[in-house]
Amino acid sequence: MSTGITKRIIACLDVTNGRVVKGVQFVDLIDAGDPAELAHLHATSGADEIVLLDITATSDARPILIDVVRRTARQLFVPFTVGGGVRSLDDASALFDAGADKISINSAAIKSPEIITEIAERFGSQAVIIAIDAKRKPGASVSSTGTVSAEVYLAGGRIATGLDAVEWAREAESRGGGEILLTSMDCDGTRTGFDCPLTAAVANAVSIPVIASGGAGSGDHFVDVFKAGCADAALAASIFHFGIHDVRELKAQLQREGIPMRLPC
Amino acid sequence: MITLIDYKAGNLTSVRKAFTYLGQQSVVTDDPALVLDAEALVLPGVGHFITTERLATSGVRRAVLAAIERGTPFLGICVGMQWQFAGSTEAPDTEGLALFEGKCERFQTNLKVPHVGWNQIRRTPHGGCSRLLDGVPDESFVYFTHSYRAPVVAGVAAVTTYDETFAACVERDNVFGVQFHPEKSGDTGLRILRNFCDYAAERSAG
Repeated sequence: MSTGITKRIIACLDVTNGRVVKGVQFVDLIDAGDPAELAHLHATSGADEIVLLDITATSDARPILIDVVRRTARQLFVPFTVGGGVRSLDDASALFDAGADKISINSAAIKSPEIITEIAERFGSQAVIIAIDAKRKPGASVSSTGTVSAEVYLAGGRIATGLDAVEWAREAESRGGGEILLTSMDCDGTRTGFDCPLTAAVANAVSIPVIASGGAGSGDHFVDVFKAGCADAALAASIFHFGIHDVRELKAQLQREGIPMRLPC
Repeated sequence: MITLIDYKAGNLTSVRKAFTYLGQQSVVTDDPALVLDAEALVLPGVGHFITTERLATSGVRRAVLAAIERGTPFLGICVGMQWQFAGSTEAPDTEGLALFEGKCERFQTNLKVPHVGWNQIRRTPHGGCSRLLDGVPDESFVYFTHSYRAPVVAGVAAVTTYDETFAACVERDNVFGVQFHPEKSGDTGLRILRNFCDYAAERSAG
């Protein structure tokens, strides 16, 4: 491998009321287990990072479950990101105190982008992930120039913002964001593959790493998002939780396909 | 007892948690007197090199140098390792400890900067008998997140390649540094932290 760096496989735990859940396109949630247990399970089976998203925190205006974060972080020695309902430097500080290495901000960053800079100046850009939920605009998904047009949504995909996903990613980077977590709302939960053109459009527009999310259903989908999608990391939730895919088996397949992976893990 | 130096940049929880997991007690301080009397010192660091300026103004820098002179084991992590070099072009007017020669510079590559993710370390000839890397095989993966890298000079025990080859680990007598985050590098990272604790324990016993 020429660059040395590996592509990352990130296991995501969508949490509500202290339990991991999985939905299809942000609705129809079903219970998938305990966050601390699942995080540990994923890390030992080879996940390069763990992300915990409190998916209802913003809409319910409920504080993040700090104790869940603390419990999950206690024996986790891979990078650990927490998001959902982070609205202020104080919210972020509380999560870092509880053991998060990075925080993910979405709605609050759109409403008041200066919060990105504020958290980055205090905790470093590497600790600030900008989560972008994007949906292709009807009838204008890919223009003749190859530009992908997608609109940014906030509050867990409930509110359209009018912002363009690529432009917002660029602005988030310029304000001090350290990574972009890009979720395709069209693909999320469908298991039909990542939105590779959208991922590539964002990945090529910024210098910071882009984590692709939404749509993972098979090993081939990960191959596609690393090759065609130019992603630096890929995130999946449901395919890991029910043992449909073992992370180790997935990484072995990707390595065989020429994508550098952390192995053995 | 591990003394973690707090200079109000970044987050010490993860490093502290790793030492707790290893059965090591730790304290967090920015008091030069406590730094001077520490059994073992760890300087975690993230963010901009200029934040290390606080170490100079608070008197911690002088205390760290005196502690090193006394033989106190000292581990710098990330910017904490970079601070052990002469300086960084990220903050040209901020002096490092100059325990290792040369300055840190931004990656000059067409690849993405920062360098974020898991990459491999391999020993230099100097690192062949490294205490810190004892039991850690070459090509082990560790977790990095940084935009500036330290040069490969005397004292570098292991290197990593991200287009350019840079210092991943430095070691000289009681001074150790790692560019990566051992507290986030799974079993490999825990082994490295344990090696540091073992060295510190031997020293305080002997």
